[in-house]
Amino acid sequence: MAEIPATAGRGGAGRVPFALYNPESEHDACGVAFVADLSRRGPSHRVIELALEALGNLAHRGALGADDGTGDGAGLLLPLPHDFLRTVAGLELPAAGEYAAGAVFLPVDEAERVAARAAVERIAADVGLGILGWRDVEVRPEILGPGARASLPWISQVFARSLSDERGMALERRAFVLRKRVERSLDGVYLPSLSSRTLVYKGMLSAHQLPAFYPDLTDPAFKGSLALVHSRFSTNTFPSWPLAHPFRYIAHNGEINTVRGNRNWMQARESLLESDLIPGDLKTLLPICTPGLSDSATFDEVLELLHLAGRSLPHSVLMMVPEAWQHHAAMDEERRAFYEFHSMLMEPWDGPACVTFTDGTSVGAVLDRNGLRPARWWQTDDDLVVMASEVGVLDLPARRVVAKGRLSPGKVFLVDTAAGRVVDDGEVKAELAGAEPYGAWLHAGVVHFDDLPPRRLLVPQHSQVLRQQRQFGYTSEELKLLLAPMARAGGEAIGSMGTDTPIAVLSRRPRLLFDYFTQLFAQVTNPPLDAIREEMVTSLAATIGSEANLLTAGPASCRHLALPWPVIDNQELARLQYINEDGNLPGFRAVVIDGLFDAARGGESLGEALAEARTAASEAVAEGARILILSDRFATAERAPIPSLLMVSAIHHHLIRERTRTRVALVAEAGDAREVHHFALLLGYGAAAVNPYLALETIDELVGDGVVALTERQARANYLRAAGKGVLKVMSTMGISTIASYRGAQVFEALGLSSDVIAEYFTGTSSRLEGIGLDGIAAEVSSRHRSAFEVRVDDGLLDPGGEYQWRKRGEEHLFDPETVFRLQHATREKRIDLFRAYSQRVDEQSERLLTLRGLFRLDVRDRTPVALDEVESIEAIMRRFATGAMSYGSLSAEAHETLAIAMNRIGGRSNSGEGGEDPARYVPDANGDSRRSAVKQVASARFGVTSEYLSSADDIQIKMAQGAKPGEGGQLPGDKVHPWIAKTRHSTPGVGLISPPPHHDIYSIEDLAQLIFDLRNANPQARLSVKLVAETGVGTVAAGVVKADADVVLISGHDGGTGASPLTSLKHAGGPWELGLAETHQTLVANGLRDRVVLQVDGQLRTGRDVVIAALLGAQEYGFSTAPLVVAGCVMMRVCHLDTCPVGIATQDPSLRQRFTGKAEMIVRFFEYVATEVRELLAQLGFRSLDEALGRVDCLDVATAMDHWKAEGLNLSPIIGAPSGYVHEHQGSREGSRRLGPVLDDELVRKAAPALATGETVHVITAVRNTERAVGTLLGHEVTKRFGGGGLPADTILVDAVGSAGQSFGAFVPAGVTLRLEGDANDYVGKGLSGGRIVVRPASEAHPRFVAEENVIAGNVCLYGATGGEAFFRGVVGERFAVRNSGAVAVVEAVGDHACEYMTGGTVLVLGACGRNLGAGMSGGVAYLRGSAESLREKVNLEMVDLDPLDSDDLRVVQSLLRGHLSETGSATARWLLNGWPDEGLAFVKVMPRDLKRALAERAGPPDVELPEGTRRRPMAGANA
Amino acid sequence: MRDWREVDVPFGRREAGEQATRCMDCGIPFCSNGCPLGNAIPDWNDLVRTGRWEDAARSLHATDNFPDFTGRICPAPCEAACVLSLGGLDQAVAIRQVELSISERAWEDGLVVPQTPPTSTGRRVAVVGSGPAGLAAAQQLTRAGHAVTVFERSDRAGGLLRYGIPDFKLEKAVIDRRLEQLESEGTRFQYGVDVGGSVSVEVLRGDHDAVVLAVGATEARELTVPGRDLAGVHLAMEYLEGANRLGAGDFPAAPIDAAGKDVVIVGGGDTGADCLGTATRQGAASIRQLQYHPRPPDPQDNETPWPLWPHVLHSCAAYEENGDRLFEESTQEFVGDDGGRLRAVRTGAAEYPAQLALIAIGFTGPKSGGAVSELGLRVSARGTVAVDEGWMSSADGVFACGDATRGQSLVVWAIADGRACAAAVNRWLDSRGRGADPVQDRQLIRH
Repeated sequence: MAEIPATAGRGGAGRVPFALYNPESEHDACGVAFVADLSRRGPSHRVIELALEALGNLAHRGALGADDGTGDGAGLLLPLPHDFLRTVAGLELPAAGEYAAGAVFLPVDEAERVAARAAVERIAADVGLGILGWRDVEVRPEILGPGARASLPWISQVFARSLSDERGMALERRAFVLRKRVERSLDGVYLPSLSSRTLVYKGMLSAHQLPAFYPDLTDPAFKGSLALVHSRFSTNTFPSWPLAHPFRYIAHNGEINTVRGNRNWMQARESLLESDLIPGDLKTLLPICTPGLSDSATFDEVLELLHLAGRSLPHSVLMMVPEAWQHHAAMDEERRAFYEFHSMLMEPWDGPACVTFTDGTSVGAVLDRNGLRPARWWQTDDDLVVMASEVGVLDLPARRVVAKGRLSPGKVFLVDTAAGRVVDDGEVKAELAGAEPYGAWLHAGVVHFDDLPPRRLLVPQHSQVLRQQRQFGYTSEELKLLLAPMARAGGEAIGSMGTDTPIAVLSRRPRLLFDYFTQLFAQVTNPPLDAIREEMVTSLAATIGSEANLLTAGPASCRHLALPWPVIDNQELARLQYINEDGNLPGFRAVVIDGLFDAARGGESLGEALAEARTAASEAVAEGARILILSDRFATAERAPIPSLLMVSAIHHHLIRERTRTRVALVAEAGDAREVHHFALLLGYGAAAVNPYLALETIDELVGDGVVALTERQARANYLRAAGKGVLKVMSTMGISTIASYRGAQVFEALGLSSDVIAEYFTGTSSRLEGIGLDGIAAEVSSRHRSAFEVRVDDGLLDPGGEYQWRKRGEEHLFDPETVFRLQHATREKRIDLFRAYSQRVDEQSERLLTLRGLFRLDVRDRTPVALDEVESIEAIMRRFATGAMSYGSLSAEAHETLAIAMNRIGGRSNSGEGGEDPARYVPDANGDSRRSAVKQVASARFGVTSEYLSSADDIQIKMAQGAKPGEGGQLPGDKVHPWIAKTRHSTPGVGLISPPPHHDIYSIEDLAQLIFDLRNANPQARLSVKLVAETGVGTVAAGVVKADADVVLISGHDGGTGASPLTSLKHAGGPWELGLAETHQTLVANGLRDRVVLQVDGQLRTGRDVVIAALLGAQEYGFSTAPLVVAGCVMMRVCHLDTCPVGIATQDPSLRQRFTGKAEMIVRFFEYVATEVRELLAQLGFRSLDEALGRVDCLDVATAMDHWKAEGLNLSPIIGAPSGYVHEHQGSREGSRRLGPVLDDELVRKAAPALATGETVHVITAVRNTERAVGTLLGHEVTKRFGGGGLPADTILVDAVGSAGQSFGAFVPAGVTLRLEGDANDYVGKGLSGGRIVVRPASEAHPRFVAEENVIAGNVCLYGATGGEAFFRGVVGERFAVRNSGAVAVVEAVGDHACEYMTGGTVLVLGACGRNLGAGMSGGVAYLRGSAESLREKVNLEMVDLDPLDSDDLRVVQSLLRGHLSETGSATARWLLNGWPDEGLAFVKVMPRDLKRALAERAGPPDVELPEGTRRRPMAGANA
Repeated sequence: MRDWREVDVPFGRREAGEQATRCMDCGIPFCSNGCPLGNAIPDWNDLVRTGRWEDAARSLHATDNFPDFTGRICPAPCEAACVLSLGGLDQAVAIRQVELSISERAWEDGLVVPQTPPTSTGRRVAVVGSGPAGLAAAQQLTRAGHAVTVFERSDRAGGLLRYGIPDFKLEKAVIDRRLEQLESEGTRFQYGVDVGGSVSVEVLRGDHDAVVLAVGATEARELTVPGRDLAGVHLAMEYLEGANRLGAGDFPAAPIDAAGKDVVIVGGGDTGADCLGTATRQGAASIRQLQYHPRPPDPQDNETPWPLWPHVLHSCAAYEENGDRLFEESTQEFVGDDGGRLRAVRTGAAEYPAQLALIAIGFTGPKSGGAVSELGLRVSARGTVAVDEGWMSSADGVFACGDATRGQSLVVWAIADGRACAAAVNRWLDSRGRGADPVQDRQLIRH
């Protein structure tokens, strides 16, 4: 056996940071299942067998690493198998319940192992346990891949009993103490479990390897009454046995987005932790959260503590994963009080999560508030309950199944094997909520803001405003572009195009400390939220107050002040500041700490001032202060303000270290905070509230000047609302729902701050390139301070800024008047000399520190140049060029097609963007040009993503994020949806379109793998590309994406362009591509994954030098967007979002489009010139091709001294810190990386041959199961390939399938294909349905007790992005049914939450119950719901839709749909309704989008929404030219 | 046609507002880049659009000391660079007119007030020359708290502004009110001082911490053809100065009068146009303007790529009023009569009757023999004063700007140079440890 890594005992085995890679960024997600026997027959081996079988059928949710024999992790947790252990332990075991058994990973080295065991025994004795003995567990290392084998520990079991004969929970707690002590003191020892109740078997295994590796598991004597199994998909592939699930109590599928903050808060609480129940000194077990573990493992640790300290397991789980109670009007008062009370003890652990948990007797699962992970359960007539990430993982005959269900958002599902019954969500919660008088406690304890007496307003001194504005670096641009719009409209200002100004540390201008931080955002491994459409799960309200001991909560625990909004005005601040003025609220005493330093003494004074402030904070806390107001208001000519962010974070971390943080709330009285990013940072680094007094005073002045035509009060209120909403948006891009768990979550990365500053004041924040320290920060403050206080003739003006719009005296831009002119002139006049002048200026600007790549020198010292003619041709180089994703709709047809023609001429790739594409463009023009975009983008809205669209792609690109606004959705207002745009997007002209922030079928990495699989079926010839945006951790995400089988990974810089984006996102989210690319390349190389994928990069690429640097950092293909647009005439108006583009590029206005002067040959010329430069640089570097240059970071010199007062602190070496041992010849696509293994569709295609050949009718019958995914998709592709987008006449190919279908059943199926499923289906049924028909109905031989309309038949997100066709479901479906449907017609018996979200077309008929938030963001199509408008009002999101009665046309439509449903599914409901027709028609209500109503009213002629499009033949490709 | 008052009528508020509203507030305001002063054109357009005239004046004055000059006589390269005019599809925003409106309104509303420095630095600066460059430099340095004296050879301040530009383009009261502002701020003026002539530069250097030479490029380029010394053949500046002095009341009658004469103007530039307008107003019998270069294309045939200054046939009020413009005419001889008076001008193509010929073919550099010669300053190939990055000439503490360094150019460039030079002088004084920098440096860019 191989040597065990020294760190095997800790969670982070082998996980060592290097260069840009940090194991903290790793993510995982998975498949999870449990099987429980309710019969009280006692343990059986069958339960184990079934659990393992389920695990095997979830294998596609796990992943393999670089070598095929190494899984990411699999495991099983079961009640302690006493009878089995008694026979195999090799020692005399006490009676069941009188001893604890543990699984132990030990060192492989015998001497070390012996020593480790002895050490464990010593510690056991110390904590009052006696070790009975050890058992070496039989394992089969030979089946492992090299990766897993290399890190395989010695696997043992240990048996211990209490020296004082304790049992039950007392024994559990003692075992816990032993385990924690071992973890804290022994390296190389890890205990997967140690309990008298449960036992764990797990390892770095694939699902299939688990039973083979542990022969115990297949021993017939190995029995359990329940078993929990888990299969892991990790973005990393570094060996780690401990990180496999299950942990001690849970197995988790999902991601905890807030884990940084949760860990910090747990650390902060540690000093208050006390428990009489847990033996010994709790302090010896700290920290509660072991550093370096995964989010799931941390969750498990905290859950364990809460449970062992006396709460039941469900109680503990619900404390950590509460459902969304704040906006739930219908929630029971007691339950709401339960949640509200516990919200004061602990912030939610937020993120997409399905947590399964067990104590060995009960087993349960809970779903996060958004319901972002699938969880299905079913129960048989012989009392077996199975819960799994997918339905169909067990081959149980349909006639035995009596009920099928799913977990819905925030709900818990509990199986009590002792009582032999299922306990439903309501019962679990009612019991917990009734256990204590939480409501009464809250009533007595909570103080509401409005109850506080009004206090004297701090009157702003207007004469000082200008000086203050200068002191805090306000610019006239900020007033105009940021503050005024917020004050006017209560929302963030929108802008367009990318950012091309320097990052803060490279700017020659003094920048705010805020600018050194960029927002992290969710991509792939966890979804961003939609805070606008799914507001019900979010909350900005929080409470502030002193926390008590988490472990023993009582009435005093909720002595809190409720704060409804985190950004507060002066009056609210005054209320806080003088809260105890009358002496009646001593529990909330507020103390003000001034954050000022001596401007003349710079960094030294700043450091001292921070230290003093920290001391003052400690003293205030000791003296009983409960609110600390950190103020920068009283700066003088000598004393300059400490940046509020530095002040807040410094005190936050200081108090965490002192373990007193939870006793006080921090409030920032901040003059520098003014834009959303600032508030997001202050709150994210610990502030409970921010008072932006200067911004408010500035707004008063804007009102006074008439810039904002409102009253001061209205303007201020608007501003505060915009600020709060903006923070909510930032939270949601990270997938965080509540301010409570956002506060202190530190979801930011720093760029350009020294590690000293980070370690001391921003602990835990990633900052990879070093940068300025306190001196630099002080110098920037002082520079502003001087400009405010020094005597001079005052012109009364602020600095112009120039961040968003170029200004002659403002910030520098890569595209300025000179470069734009030179580039246009060169490409129009065919003047390569001018082009060289252009690129020289760009490169110079770049070197003038506008970009990181500007800091690199091409290092030719060790290189021998080659002759130019030896270097690959310009044509070969140009084939690696692409243009960026810009949708038709954001661009005019002229601009979009010009780009496509140019790229097709040079053999590069243009990108459709997310707006679909007119099929007429798939037909080449008469002159041989092609207007087809080679890259077809699949974005969250799925506009125009049809079988035909996908089939026409060379690359299919899944857009996970966009550089300009990662984690955000988009919106196209109705007046810009011109008829020709609506056509390609499959929507209604004049009706607004919304792109959701997340892909609703990608909530985790294995979902992305699924979508890749779906798209590969939709076009097996195309490359699958995934677009990511650079941020810290993007490398590990990319590794996961590669493991999810992508062919191309695109790393986009934060500076990428946009047609419309909030200005703060444009500037403050994401990182430079240089960092993201380098990190990705390094991580892939280190993981042995680099050769599986092509790396592409984009983000403000301009010149040949940019391309060569990208190549040296590891990129093989290069995307350009802004530059080709400039070539085509763009003059950087930055009004793309206004439809007023004066050069006809970003507009649909026909008169402006006439002004378009771009020609394909100009763009071709641009790329020729760039390629010319690339060639020349390659020759100088001695490379004959870009392939040779790939990843050659040794040719980059980053050491050259930087002549810049800020940048000199930067350390760029991590960017070139490629791991050793990497062979660069092997990058590129590994042979056969495009692999669509054998699929069920192979058979379908074969059997459908007559139809595919001649259109003859074909009927195929087949069995199906959950491992068979995207059934019908490949068949659909074959139809489309032959017959075009119109497909075949309805039902030409009829497939009857029986069983439980895997995910994405019928995805993208075109007209002519009908899939009828008897059984049930998983998530994403009919995703992207393109005209085909889908029928899902229960098995014909269902159990007599099984009622179709009450049981779940299909999972979440069915018919996502469907553009046409029909679907009938006889049963209940999950969340987000028909989300973004734009044309399909569907009938379903009942739906979960968020149905018809973002719908823009099509018809949905729901015959039974619906969940909440139906019709959110719905701008088109209609839905018919059964019930009274009164009762449905609570269910439907009425922001954009009306509930109308049905007219006679509607009634005909519903009746006809019912008939169809009846005939296809035999639905009893449909039959009953039709029997009662027309009376039953009165029981329906129509959900009608107001947008659509308006558009219909404006349009002459009858609406055409009733006729289901999918039932008609659609025109063939090209017919609609 | 005898109207000597300004031809250009300032916009009314509504017209200015309309023009300002046409501004698209570009992401890259090419206009601002086209403007040598870098005027924040979109910013004040927006302020005018929203009726915030006072703020507009503030913004305008922050980059341009004398928008009342540039608003009248600038050829407006900004307008050539306006995105609206891109592709010739639309008219540019009438930026210069908006500028003039802002400026005039500021005067009307009493917003143009002295901006007195709050403290004095105790440093003394001499500015030689009171043309636009000298005035701009002087005002900036005065506002920086330095004691500034302007030395002017002539009897009044203004240089080319006063004696080179006819009243119908720039009425002299406009200069006078500005001079009042400068004087109120503390700038001192000494007239009739010929530095380098009657007064040695060395004396100035001794009395001052820094000297700024803004002496212009007054050395006219000569036309050495037969007949140059005939009566009736004059340099344009002689002619224009006489006309301007007549307007100022210095003379009872024009020293050189075009009334009733056939006038030939040699040279097709702005000075030639000024001569044309002046001669028109004096009642010339005929006016011909001879230009060496071929006729430029008409504006609609512009091939100079936007946003560059178009190489087209430019028009101005003077041309619209009167006169013939002849192209590809090379003057061969001034033909005299027996009395040694000009009778005609002969070119390669023809002979034009003329009793008055005005030579307006440009200037070569600073006047020879003055301060430049005295100090033996290094000069460029073009004969202008050579300065380093910090606007300093080869003599320590002696700076130069405007046409003296640039050669003949636009007023707007002169102001820009004066500002930039002032900023450099200020930095230089500061670097010599004579006190803190009291001004915010708003002109960092050296053109």
